This record gives sequence, structure tokens and C-alpha cells, in this order.
Amino acid sequence: MDIAVLIKYVPDSTAKITVSGDRVNEGGVSKWSISPFDEYALEAALGMKESSGASVTAITCGPNRSEKGLRDAAAVGADSLVHISVDDLTALDSTKTQALLAAAVQSSGASIVFCGKQAADTNAGSTGPGVAEIMGAACVTGVTEVGSEGSGLSALRATSGGAERVTLSTPCVLTFDKTEIELRRPNVKGIMMAKKKPIDSQDAESLGVDTSGSTANITSHSPPAEKAPGQMFEGASTVNDVVQKLRNEAKVL
Amino acid sequence: MEVTIIAETNEEGIHPVTAQMVTAAVSLGASPTVLCPGGVGCDAAASIEGVSSVISVEGDCFTSFDGGAWAASLNSAAGAGLVLAAATPNGREVAARMAASRGIPVLQDATGINDGLTVERPIYSGKAMESVKVDGDCVVTIRPNAFAAAGSGGSASVSTVNHSADVTVTVQEAIAKASARLDVAEADIVISGGRGMGSIDNWSSLEEVADQIGAAVGASRAVVDEWGLSHSIQVGQTGKVVTPTLYIAVGISGAIQHLAGMRSSKYIVAINKDADAPIFGVADYGIVANWEDALPALKDALSSL
Ligand SMILES: Cc1cc2nc3c(=O)[nH]c(=O)nc-3n(C[C@H](O)[C@H](O)[C@H](O)COP(=O)(O)OP(=O)(O)OC[C@H]3O[C@@H](n4cnc5c(N)ncnc54)[C@H](O)[C@@H]3O)c2cc1C
Ligand SMILES: Nc1ncnc2c1ncn2[C@@H]1O[C@H](COP(=O)(O)O)[C@@H](O)[C@H]1O
Repeated sequence: MDIAVLIKYVPDSTAKITVSGDRVNEGGVSKWSISPFDEYALEAALGMKESSGASVTAITCGPNRSEKGLRDAAAVGADSLVHISVDDLTALDSTKTQALLAAAVQSSGASIVFCGKQAADTNAGSTGPGVAEIMGAACVTGVTEVGSEGSGLSALRATSGGAERVTLSTPCVLTFDKTEIELRRPNVKGIMMAKKKPIDSQDAESLGVDTSGSTANITSHSPPAEKAPGQMFEGASTVNDVVQKLRNEAKVL
Repeated sequence: MEVTIIAETNEEGIHPVTAQMVTAAVSLGASPTVLCPGGVGCDAAASIEGVSSVISVEGDCFTSFDGGAWAASLNSAAGAGLVLAAATPNGREVAARMAASRGIPVLQDATGINDGLTVERPIYSGKAMESVKVDGDCVVTIRPNAFAAAGSGGSASVSTVNHSADVTVTVQEAIAKASARLDVAEADIVISGGRGMGSIDNWSSLEEVADQIGAAVGASRAVVDEWGLSHSIQVGQTGKVVTPTLYIAVGISGAIQHLAGMRSSKYIVAINKDADAPIFGVADYGIVANWEDALPALKDALSSL
């Protein structure tokens, strides 16, 4: 049971995002990390590795800095690393990114794919289901628990009424939400081993994917609309005034 | 431009975002067709002003949720051009699969859409906005509450198609929510607490106010992690993104990851004892006070409305 984990290397959640010209200023981001939900996907894969001997391949698509994300994944236990080299991910529309990732998954031989519910930069949630469609695979999104079930998997997903336990057979794609589980941290030995781990370098050509001709193209980035400064009140005795304003000014009560 | 809308439905019928998607479609000069998955909400959809026709898409696959099966079924009923769905968890999954199967791009969580076609959407959890120009067909999901709802004077015709698809995700067990509280992602008013609430023992003070005004209770990640609250009520970058008309933050500092989940709320009230707390930077009404004094005062003020 081999698992491919898709990890995206993104600005750390504490990073200040600024726009210069009409693009997000990536050069101004000092700290990059594995996208938070992808860490839960990786954790789940490593859990399955422990319980059922799965081998875990971490796959990332992005510029050279993304290799650091692969090393971070190796340091906690990923067995093989694949880097699909793309200098500017924002130049590819969803069809192209998904085609690259699906091709890399297929050449890794994995029949199970774990990824994040949404990436921290795009906030989209398109990749898991899109890759599943390309692979002709089943997909469950927003998973918080996973286990093996016969030759397939069982998963817990949130629903509007609570949660559902579902089963699915392979090939399949699961996208992960944050869970209560504590993420493992790398130890010194893991970090040393990760430094030496080979990275399988791929690109669009080696994967046989045509990445030209995106039909959805970013024209500009901009800072979010500035909000007018709010009204400040001092002390609990002002609570009633605020409630009156919510009723009469904002008309929301 | 031909526009097909995938109605967003739940146990109660049609979700309000459906009429908001109609507004988006009409603003592009379209007379949209609405597809109702599993035949839910057809009459309500037909009465939305601006809708030209409604198709009840029926099939066994709609008895449970399998995004792959739903997308396959809906794809065979949807026209070419632009497909709109709701930016909810299920809507996003169906949209992504419909787009991948058509080989066209998907753009999630649009807060604006203009003729041409350009789509505006938040990225980096709202720390920036993105404009995307699309040449050709695509699938776009619409953020709930980003568009006003279309009126309800319509009377579109309803037809039925039967298109089931293979289900590959089998539901074994449904687990009911531990509490009957409203979902933070759905509620019109959300009142959230953070570490400033001191301990889980004080949480009921927050819940009492919520019950008074029919609000959902949310939480910062700090208290979800430390006090063992359900992750389903966490607001923020790794929790839920909420866009209620009123968000009340109590004892929450306003870390950037928390702001990411609530800054697009229409009105924000913050109660914090520290006048320099970053939460006040996004608050429309900021109250510098201890919750121990402010929550009882809030209860009193609300009950005398
Ligand atoms: C990858 C990542 C993802 C994250 N995702 C999220 C997320 O989704 N959501 C989220 O919320 N956080 C998230 N965080 C955590 C975030 O960085 C903060 O740690 C967290 O939001 C702090 O929670 P808090 O405001 O409750 O606590 P604190 O920051 O400790 O703030 C407590 C506040 O209460 C005030 N206070 C104290 N006593 C009182 C009193 N008696 N009355 C009134 N006010 C009082 C204090 O002045 C202070 O401002 C994430 C962090 C990381 C690294
Ligand atoms: N360029 C990428 N490289 C590796 N994984 C990716 C990439 N883009 C998206 N993913 C995976 O797909 C998930 C959802 O991404 P998105 O659809 O962009 O929100 C992410 O959390 C990752 O797990």
C-alpha cells in the first residue's frame, strides 16, 4: 500500500504578505513552510506507514526552494522525494498543476494520494479532487481520521450534521483537515538522514505534460481593501452603547 | 455567455447562496439554468428571479455525497460555458471534479466576477486579492454572502433528467454532532472566545449570550487545542473561514491566523482587556474591558432590546 503525499511549500502562516507592483512580493517572505493542512496529510501517511508498512513518497511541485519542504518531510519519515520543477506556479492554471501532480503520482506507483484540504496560498481546495478525476480515483475531502479497511481505506469526514465514516477502495485521494493529532517533530537523526536522501527531479517534459496554454491567467494581485478604523469604547459600561449602535447604526441586531 | 448554476442544497432544501449565484450570473448578462442535485429544491430554484430554467438531476448517486459521482452526473446535464457552484466544502469538491473532467480551469471562492471574464478572489487567507482573466469555459465557485441574493418573483420551468453515476465512496455511519449548536460557517452571528476567557469553566458565559441571540459559538485555535474543544468551531486559517453579518470576539488577541478566518465578517465587535490587542485593528466596535464585566453587561443589554 504505497502512499503519495502532495506537499506545497508556501509562505509560513506568520509571514506578512505584501504586494509590490501587481504581484505578491514572494522575495519579501523570509520564512517558508509546508502548507499547514499538508502536514496533517503527511502525519496521516506516516501513521499508516507505522501501522501497515506503507511506503510514503512526498511530491512537491514548485521552484527550487520547495526542495526544503521535501527535506522537512523526509526528516519526519517520508521514504522517497519527488520534485517537479516549476519556476512560477502562478503561471499555471488548475488543469496544468493537476496534470503534473497526477503524472508524478502515477509514475511513483502509489495508488493512494494524501494532500491538504486547501493550500495556504491559493486557499482553493481544487487539487485533491482534480487529481482524483484525472486518475479516475475515488476522493474524500476534509478527512480527519483514516485507517485501512480490507484492501481499501476508511475515513472520517466532517458534514454539516456532524461527521461521517466512509469507506473507499483504491485508487483514491484523501484531502486532510486539521485534527487533534499532534504532529511529529523531526529529531537530529531524521534531519541528518534527510540531508542525504536523493530527490527525484522531474519537470513537465520528463513527465510528458504540456503546460503551455493556461486559459485562466492572473492579471494582478492587490492588497485587501482597507477597512475604515473602528470606534473604540472603554469599560464594560459602554457595552450597552455598542449594542444600541449595532441595532441602530449597523442594523444587525 | 451560457451559465449553469449547481444549486447548493442541504437537508432543509435550497441554500441562500443559490440565489446569490443567480445574481452573479445575471450580472454577466446571462439567464442561467439551475441544476438541482438529487431533485432537491427545484420549486424554490424556479422561483428565483432571473433563472431561465431548472433541471432536476436525479439518480441513486444523490442519496449520499460522493463528489466524483455527483460531478459525473451533473456534468452530463450541464451546458458548456460557465458553471457556477457554491464555495462550500461539497461545492468546491464537485466544482473541481467537473472542471478536471472537462479539462477546463476551476477558480474557487470568487468574491467578484465581471464580464470578460474576470474573477476576483481572496488568496493567502484574505491577506491579498487576486484577479484572474479566463479565456474560454471554466468552473467558478462563489463565496457565500459575497453577492446579494436575487429576488423571488421568478417562475422558471422545471424539467427532470435521470443520470446516475458509479458511487465509489460508501457511507458506513453518520455521527451526529456532539452539540446541537449552529455551525459557525452558516450562522448569521458568531460569538467566539479565546484564551482570555481564562478556562473552559467560563465557556458557558459565552454560550449563554450566543443562545440569547441565536448565534453560533466559535473559538480561537489556542482554546480549541488547549481546552479540547471541537475543531469544528475553530475560526481561522486552519479552522473555518466565516463571513457572518456580526462577529463578536471575546478574549481573542487577533493573531494573523485568526484574522484570516473572520476579517471578512460584515461587522466585528471585539472585547479585550488590552487596548493594544491586534483584534481592535479589524473591529468596527472595540470595547476595552474584561469579559467578566463585559459579558454580563452584554447579556443585560441584549435582553432589554
Ligand atoms: C500554522 C498555524 C495555524 C494557525 N491557525 C489558527 C487558526 O485557524 N485560528 C486561530 O485562532 N489561531 C490559529 N493559530 C494560532 C494563532 O497564532 C494564535 O496563537 C491564537 O489565535 C491565539 O489565540 P487567542 O487569541 O485565544 O490567545 P492569546 O493570543 O493568548 O490572546 C488572549 C487575549 O485575551 C485577552 N484577555 C486576557 N484576559 C482577558 C479578560 N479577562 N478579558 C478580556 N480579554 C482578556 C488578552 O489581552 C489577549 O489579547 C495558528 C497558528 C499557526 C502557527
Ligand atoms: N504545487 C503543489 N505541489 C504539491 N502539492 C500541491 C501543489 N499544489 C497543491 N498541492 C496539494 O493540493 C492541496 C490543495 O491545494 P489547492 O487546490 O491549491 O488549495 C495542497 O494542500 C497540497 O497538498
